[in-house]
Amino acid sequence: MSKKIYVTGLGMISAIGINIEETLQSVTQLKSGIGKLNYIESRHKERVSVGEVKFSNIDLKNIASLSYPIRFTRTALLGIIAAKEAIRSANITDINSFKTGIISATSVGGMAVAENHYLDSLNIEKKGDFLNYINTLDCSDSTERIADSLGIKEFLSTISTACSSSANAIMLGARLIKHGILERVVVGGTDSLSRFTINGFLTLKILDETQCRPFDATRNGLNLGEGAGFIVLESEKAVKGKMILAQLTGYANSNDAYHQTSSSPNGEGAFIAMKKSLEMSGLRISSIDYINAHGTGTKLNDLSEGIAIERLFGNAIPPISSTKSFTGHTLAAAGGIEAVLSILAIQNNFIYPNLFFENAMPELHFKPETQLVNTKEINHVLSNSFGFGGNTSSLIFSRN
Amino acid sequence: MQAFINGVGLISPQHTSNFHDFISETVTSENNLLKCIEPSYSEYLNPIMSRRMGRIVKMGMVAALQSLNDANIKIPDAIITGTALGCLGDTEKFLTALITDNELYLTPIPFIQSIQNTVSAQIALHLKCTNHNFTHSHKGFSFESAALDALMLLDDGEANDVLIGGLDEMTNNNFLLFNRINRWKKEFVFNTDLLKAKTEGTIAGEGAAFFVFSNDEIENSYAIVKGLRILYKPENDSIVFGKIQELLNENNLTYNEIDLVIYGINGDIRFDQIHFTLKESLFPNSTSAYFKHLCGEYQTSSGVAMWLAAMILKNQLIPNSIILENKNHKSITNILIYNNYELENQTVILMSKI
Repeated sequence: MSKKIYVTGLGMISAIGINIEETLQSVTQLKSGIGKLNYIESRHKERVSVGEVKFSNIDLKNIASLSYPIRFTRTALLGIIAAKEAIRSANITDINSFKTGIISATSVGGMAVAENHYLDSLNIEKKGDFLNYINTLDCSDSTERIADSLGIKEFLSTISTACSSSANAIMLGARLIKHGILERVVVGGTDSLSRFTINGFLTLKILDETQCRPFDATRNGLNLGEGAGFIVLESEKAVKGKMILAQLTGYANSNDAYHQTSSSPNGEGAFIAMKKSLEMSGLRISSIDYINAHGTGTKLNDLSEGIAIERLFGNAIPPISSTKSFTGHTLAAAGGIEAVLSILAIQNNFIYPNLFFENAMPELHFKPETQLVNTKEINHVLSNSFGFGGNTSSLIFSRN
Repeated sequence: MQAFINGVGLISPQHTSNFHDFISETVTSENNLLKCIEPSYSEYLNPIMSRRMGRIVKMGMVAALQSLNDANIKIPDAIITGTALGCLGDTEKFLTALITDNELYLTPIPFIQSIQNTVSAQIALHLKCTNHNFTHSHKGFSFESAALDALMLLDDGEANDVLIGGLDEMTNNNFLLFNRINRWKKEFVFNTDLLKAKTEGTIAGEGAAFFVFSNDEIENSYAIVKGLRILYKPENDSIVFGKIQELLNENNLTYNEIDLVIYGINGDIRFDQIHFTLKESLFPNSTSAYFKHLCGEYQTSSGVAMWLAAMILKNQLIPNSIILENKNHKSITNILIYNNYELENQTVILMSKI
């Protein structure tokens, strides 16, 4: 059984690019992906700013090189593109050479399709292609389509813990390797934009109609995004002779147990998740070179997360930024996308700028990074993902 | 990896608040739909809170609290649920309002409660429990994935008492939706005659089953969960045979030592053959039982089978209502549960007497 968990592959698609290469270009050019909604019909089209992947479903199907005649939801297409890139980058040619599983995460599943045909689906008189999509509302649909496209059969699961989902999927995958149940696992998550989530977040009044500004005193909410991020985890046995991108050295999951949607004033859940993941990694707090914050840009999250970070790191707070001002908040995919971004930070020795930050929060003693910093070696990155229902998770990636 | 089951709680279409009531009366239905007998929520939940909660959230909360009480655990070391469709009632409410009112006049509560992890979250909130909190949401693997999560935590010593549950609700809309993709029988059947029809389709059901998995045996302990397997779209029967053999080997058991097999037979001739193949090929000497005529088909129905196995192992009594073929074993030491959801998600759970 493997004590260490190695990362050997990365793949992501988001508003800032359809693959790692495009993502890195957008980052170095400080180009945010936030803009107006194009591919979903909504009465609020002009009102909301989103991090949308700038391709139609037909384009995405081509990018994913899918020719067989199965109906794919946007959530599944995004997931297939990112997971295939992760497998390619891990140089895996025979998926069954080791016991390989997939743990994916999603929050809305195929809602973007269901919401267009829901009433027709209930009407026995109405017939059409939409009937083929009834099963896609289930969270497992996208996971199974990704598994089928990669040929994975050994183990499948789907995690749905709101915006912390894919961080938890990564953690579950690592635990399955540590228990010897799997030698290799594709982990991460995928979510597409939908009218359902846009309207849901509008009712909660936590959407910023302009650019989100995480950790800024004037922050006024989040921008929803879409995309997928997957990484390949491998055991000591499977990784022999392979190029290693990073190690997953720490992870922890907790619950804030304070309120269904609001985070606690002292950030208890976030504090426990960060503290326990550090304990697992055996690292000192001074070893963390960068925190990729959850940093959604809502009043409550950033305050609560900031306080939790100050509680844990005291006066020695490492450089922090939220990458959600690039990608938007991709909900269940966020932990996967940010895991990829955290590992890219280690590979490239850079820290992402927290775009659109201007004014420090009066309640906090730190400011996020505002420039692309690449002056020091990045060896250990802490990545946070928190969600509705109080779910809080932290991951630590380290240079191998 | 193994766990003692130290507490149980099951809300189902049958009388499952205790084993005696379950044995004495079988609830019947003739409309291809079995709905849960809902408990008196006020005994467990604050009435102001429970008025806002969706039906599945309330059923899940009560089953969870019952199992914790049963095991005499106040705060578990982890809360793990498996649910395929989550809080379907609230999802439908928000979706219908969004469409009919054209994205206007929406209220946040059904949206907030539509999220899959609502039940795990509400339990954590109710108990003020900040420990490990997970929601597995993968159709016919949801419950087993949650159970495996719990077994790993116990094995690591990261937890000693884990609350795990499997739950799904059947709403009227979802009954209609699934009817359109031919999941239910076209003709009405009595649930107790489920296997007689030999036609396509099954009957719908729902339930919330919770357990306390523990590293320690207590006086109240019901059974031991010895391990489980999942199979995704196995190409042929021999792959299924192989996984079952692997699980038995791991526990030094032979086919003949399995006294009872609980099959997830659902009366749909498109999917049922595998159960009878297993029965004839691997377990001809084991007593065989089935349960979906009592709870209907739903993605996390393995929770009901686990409840039955726990009760049977503790009480050494197999209810007549579930027996398919009785081989009259003197005692029941090992039980295997084989379930499947439309053959794409197949699962095996091994349980033993303490």
